[in-house]
Amino acid sequence: MAILEKVDKLHQAIAWQGDIPITNRYTAGVAGERFLREIKDHARILGTRCPDCDLVYVPAALFCERCFAQLDEWLEVSSQGRVFTFTVLFRDLEDRPLDPPAVLAYVKLNGSNGGLVHYLGEVEPDQVFIGLEVEAVFKEASEREGSILDIRYFRPLKR
Amino acid sequence: MMTAQIKEFPGVGLRESDFEQRKVLYTEWVPNARYAWDAGVAIGRYLAELKEGRLIGVRCRHCRRTVIPPRVFCEWCFRPMDEWVPLPDTGTVNTFSLCYVTWDMRRLTEPEIPAVIDIDGTHPPVGILHLLGEVEPQAVQIGMRVQAVWKPPEERTGSILDIRYFRPVREG
Amino acid sequence: MGMRKVAVVGAGMTKFVRRALETGKELAFEAAKMALDSCELTLQQVDCVVHGTAPDAFDGVHMKGEYLADGSGAWRKPYTRCYVGGGTGVFAPIHGWYHVASGLFDICLVVCEEKMSSCQPHPQGAFLTIFDHTTERPLGPNLLWIFALEMNRYMHTYGLSKRDIALVSVKNKRNAADHPCSLLGDREITVEDVLNSEVLAWPVQRLDVSPVTDGAVAVVLAAEHVARRITDKPVWIEGVGWNLDTTYWTNRDLCYPRYVENAARMAYEMAGISEPRKQIHIAEPYDPFDYKELHHLEGLLLFDRGKAPEATALGITQRDGDLPVCPSGGLLGVGNPIAAAGLMKVAELFWQLRGEAGARQVPGQPRRGVAQAWGDLMQVGTVIVMGV
Ligand SMILES: [Zn+2]
Ligand SMILES: [Zn+2]
Repeated sequence: MAILEKVDKLHQAIAWQGDIPITNRYTAGVAGERFLREIKDHARILGTRCPDCDLVYVPAALFCERCFAQLDEWLEVSSQGRVFTFTVLFRDLEDRPLDPPAVLAYVKLNGSNGGLVHYLGEVEPDQVFIGLEVEAVFKEASEREGSILDIRYFRPLKR
Repeated sequence: MMTAQIKEFPGVGLRESDFEQRKVLYTEWVPNARYAWDAGVAIGRYLAELKEGRLIGVRCRHCRRTVIPPRVFCEWCFRPMDEWVPLPDTGTVNTFSLCYVTWDMRRLTEPEIPAVIDIDGTHPPVGILHLLGEVEPQAVQIGMRVQAVWKPPEERTGSILDIRYFRPVREG
Repeated sequence: MGMRKVAVVGAGMTKFVRRALETGKELAFEAAKMALDSCELTLQQVDCVVHGTAPDAFDGVHMKGEYLADGSGAWRKPYTRCYVGGGTGVFAPIHGWYHVASGLFDICLVVCEEKMSSCQPHPQGAFLTIFDHTTERPLGPNLLWIFALEMNRYMHTYGLSKRDIALVSVKNKRNAADHPCSLLGDREITVEDVLNSEVLAWPVQRLDVSPVTDGAVAVVLAAEHVARRITDKPVWIEGVGWNLDTTYWTNRDLCYPRYVENAARMAYEMAGISEPRKQIHIAEPYDPFDYKELHHLEGLLLFDRGKAPEATALGITQRDGDLPVCPSGGLLGVGNPIAAAGLMKVAELFWQLRGEAGARQVPGQPRRGVAQAWGDLMQVGTVIVMGV
């Protein structure tokens, strides 16, 4: 038998269709529970501090990845920060056009060494720049359910 | 240090009700994991033969094996297989199970009977995975002779499901 | 062969639970931290990190090795993930071993984690892809099929009954009652409980199978000159072996795991073991199903083919028997967070050979043990021999 038998008609190429039928269910985890509940209950963003490394983790982490200390010093960090980097999205995951385009940013939060990846709102894409000062816009308390989406988006800080 | 000295090991177990009652925070996500797996050269031919109501294997002259499902290379000798070998659609039950649950652990009232069926004409005898039918679950035995029950030609699509199942060979 | 001696010098683990509150990273951290603390090392002293974890789809995180890196202590360190299916938990310390034996690193942290509860409605949804997508999956298979088919062939070949095999489940679940991390330890369980449990895929019944589990385990490996400074009780890795059979599983002899034998022979030769039945004092073979312990004991050459059930019935494999098997309680009793379960066996040998296994301690100061894991499409054997 020839090792390669050429497929020269498309119908000769046979493919079996299938899927991987799973749904993933992720717990928030030990640190994640407290982090998200604080957003839900008090619209506040918490971090954890490693005293040895002098780092404040946001989102709050159970452990310091650098020195492997268990972190138990929790503190509130600001819900304001600066755009560290951003992108403007013109297509969704299914490759359909996004109209209007979405602005996704990594926002470094004041008083921490971390931040959140989130959408920017109340701003035109061409007005966004690295270093832009922004603040979190939380949903109403009754709408919050302990999710990162309890923050609607970050918007430019109004002075 | 261990086990004697550690009072409490880390790890917090949850109950399913903790999720149902939303006592813990969690998120869900369904990955869009849909695939079209190419049959490839050897299995492509296998499926084409199934559509014609035939089983086919391959032979390696080097180790003198005749095997099914077909493959383009001999994984023992690491050389191309030498020839296609038409095989009968009869065989012997090598092993079987009576399965009362689906993959997502739902209960079945009538069991499915998956079996490895050693196909006649293979050498040394080797099998394929398929289902048994037209047989009482309690009557299935290892060593039982079986034959393929094919779908009618117009319903065959070039799939392992062109064989509905294998059933016991009727004597005489 | 010009390789350095490598010892296990520390170990840690989380509880094995059905559903963990902790994220995968947090589980990995807890186990890794405990392992380092147990030998008074800091993360800074670790030269490299090896991670072992099963399919990405279980945790639901693609590139799970990378996701778990920080929890495994791998921040800005040489880090690799290894994966040989269910065999991963014993392969990961082998992977770590050659990092150290080669002379490349002195201290290696090995971490295995699994969070199977993330996978809904059942991890089988991910396991299903183990079957050939074109020739097998259309039949609507269930992962239990391959185990049931292999178990039936094993029983048929050697004329074994379900009762012969159920004894393994009873032994391991009873042993696990002494393990502080166990999910299914049960001092009171009887053979009748196993034989009367729900039939899933005959001959496999509910209590023949280990449960879906979350958990993490870690061990610390060190080169000889470092190990002797860290502890006065190093447990040496004396031999390692691994071997893989064909994926054409329906073409195989299902009653004997030759690939396990090949892996065992490789490990025994390295360890200078010529008579494993005399020279091995404890065995921790992979027991996701009760028949698998028997299968693997035979593949490990510790009993003749088809004779492991008889030895089990005679009590030889009990914790106080001539060859204690799964004194930890195994996967059937402690739980089966795939990769973590395999590494749990290595941790168990570490504790047993140091005399630190507490209520689980095998009597008579055992000096050498073998741990083994198994997996992929019923085709891989991974073996490690440890001694003091
Ligand atoms: Zn730190
Ligand atoms: Zn050959």
